Amino acid sequence: MEIERAKQPVMTEKLQSLTENDIQELKKLCREMRKDILMMIHGAKSGHPGGNLSAVEILAVLYKKCMKTCPDWKNSPDFEKRDRFILSKGHASAALYSILARCGYFSIEELPGFRKLGSNLQGHPSCRHAKGVEVSTGSLGQGLSMACGVALGLRLDKNPATVYVYLGDGEMQEGSVWEAVMNASHHNLNNIIAFIDRNRLQIDGCTENIKAIDPLQDKLEAFGWNVIEIDGHDIEEIFEAVQTAKTMDRPTAIIADTVKGKGVSYMENNAGWHGKAPNDAEYEAAMNELCK
Amino acid sequence: MLNKDNTKEKKSIRSEYGKTLVELGHKNKNIVVLDADLSCSTQTAMFGKEFPERFFNIGIAEQDAMTTAAGLSTTGKIPFVSTFAMFATGRAYDQIRNSICYPRFNVKIVATHGGITVGEDGASHQALEDVALMRLIPNMMVIVPADCVETHEVIKFAAEYDGPVYIRLARTNVVNIFNPETYKFNPKKAYVIREGKDVTLVSNGETLTETLDCAEILSKQNIDAEVIHMPVVKPVDKETIIASAKKTNRVFTIENHSIIGGIGSAVCETLSENYPVKVTRIGIADEFGQSGEQRMLMNYYKLTGECLAERIVKNL
Repeated sequence: MEIERAKQPVMTEKLQSLTENDIQELKKLCREMRKDILMMIHGAKSGHPGGNLSAVEILAVLYKKCMKTCPDWKNSPDFEKRDRFILSKGHASAALYSILARCGYFSIEELPGFRKLGSNLQGHPSCRHAKGVEVSTGSLGQGLSMACGVALGLRLDKNPATVYVYLGDGEMQEGSVWEAVMNASHHNLNNIIAFIDRNRLQIDGCTENIKAIDPLQDKLEAFGWNVIEIDGHDIEEIFEAVQTAKTMDRPTAIIADTVKGKGVSYMENNAGWHGKAPNDAEYEAAMNELCK
Repeated sequence: MLNKDNTKEKKSIRSEYGKTLVELGHKNKNIVVLDADLSCSTQTAMFGKEFPERFFNIGIAEQDAMTTAAGLSTTGKIPFVSTFAMFATGRAYDQIRNSICYPRFNVKIVATHGGITVGEDGASHQALEDVALMRLIPNMMVIVPADCVETHEVIKFAAEYDGPVYIRLARTNVVNIFNPETYKFNPKKAYVIREGKDVTLVSNGETLTETLDCAEILSKQNIDAEVIHMPVVKPVDKETIIASAKKTNRVFTIENHSIIGGIGSAVCETLSENYPVKVTRIGIADEFGQSGEQRMLMNYYKLTGECLAERIVKNL
């Protein structure tokens, strides 16, 4: 498939603070991303709307304002200097593809191919298919270990890039995540910033009813991490948390309080929308709400 | 290619692995090594001593070790990950499949203590299905070297090759079958190391020595056995297997592994599709192992040269 490249600067240097204009533009972008996500999942007749919609603001702020991005990907002379993003909860692939397309890694025209035969936009992200995807994910509990490996490699090379990793809160039930939590603190990998999408729901219901994750902050601190709690839909809080995390001498976890299904009222805080596509009428209602 | 030295001195494959890693570490600064708290058994500790900054003991956390290796490979490093074959392939199967093989990352898994000869530790530690598990995953190359000479060459090859490789080493000390001056590893070839016309014996790993002993015993009974050494279980060198089957019309496979999924299966798959002849798979039956001294276990499971010869004569 031909990949169209949008005209974008090779590197976007991180900014120190957000202007009111930045915030308004990001809010607009988030609305567009939500529409992309719903269009993709509706078109594919499958996918995970809830956990994609809860990730939108964080992805937008990271890719547009925090990370050194590299839309030219391997063709760029600065490829090695890029910050890395690992989507450990690979089922939020639609949100990732949306922000990658909107940063110019590939054409927005590719988005409707999501989950369809022959598309680069596989159901869960594959780095051998889509440009901008660092590693393949989908099987939960592996992204943080992957981030540790990347961070150790960068450190050996004295490469100052940051590794961002995005985990689901239900994913914290995977034992391998805690192996990685120990790994990162043992090696003091302060080049890792982990977001935990605390939408409090997983497929079968509330995280706290299925296998309690709280007190998550205490647990992570006891494992030697720096922890910041934020509203995961507040653009300024996301940005500031990242700036703070970058000054830390330890790995930082940003526990992002989010709403599963955020932006589509009938999906919000409803576990039933974890892994189900909206039908035509539901899609229309959701798009109408987002266009308001 | 074969060693002419008849001293029959047994050498540690694991020590050879450790020494080879150190040798490679001096030549290539991108080599990194990970272990899961078994570095004194797997002998990666030698590398750790020489290059502490490039050695990561991940602790008793095999899943973390595999995926950390995958992450390291994305920064241009060449990670070798070691632990026992049981835990490497059993505990971390999902990580190997999804985080290493699916993206085709350049990670080398060198697992020691493959097979029944783990010995006294018993069934919980005896990986009899690791080759089968690794052979199933797309993009994975699977190699089972037979002695120290070959192990040295295979590890060097793995460092040069771009892509995931699973290398299974035995705990057992073995005699050098191959001549270090003349042996060359070819990832595309199985080796006919003894020519014969009556029966084909296909083996690899530590059972190769037993297979050669078996061939000698058979020759005294006027059975002329051809011995094929197949270190690369995947991808299979079909040509060599088919050519030998055409010559002898009778094949036995011999391995220190379950008869399901290892070279027995690989040879059957190859021959049934291309040149069907009768194949008998010799290995560990579909059952768990048990504790015991290495040689006693080899006898119990009828994998020594003498036992093999008896079984083959009976089944010919």
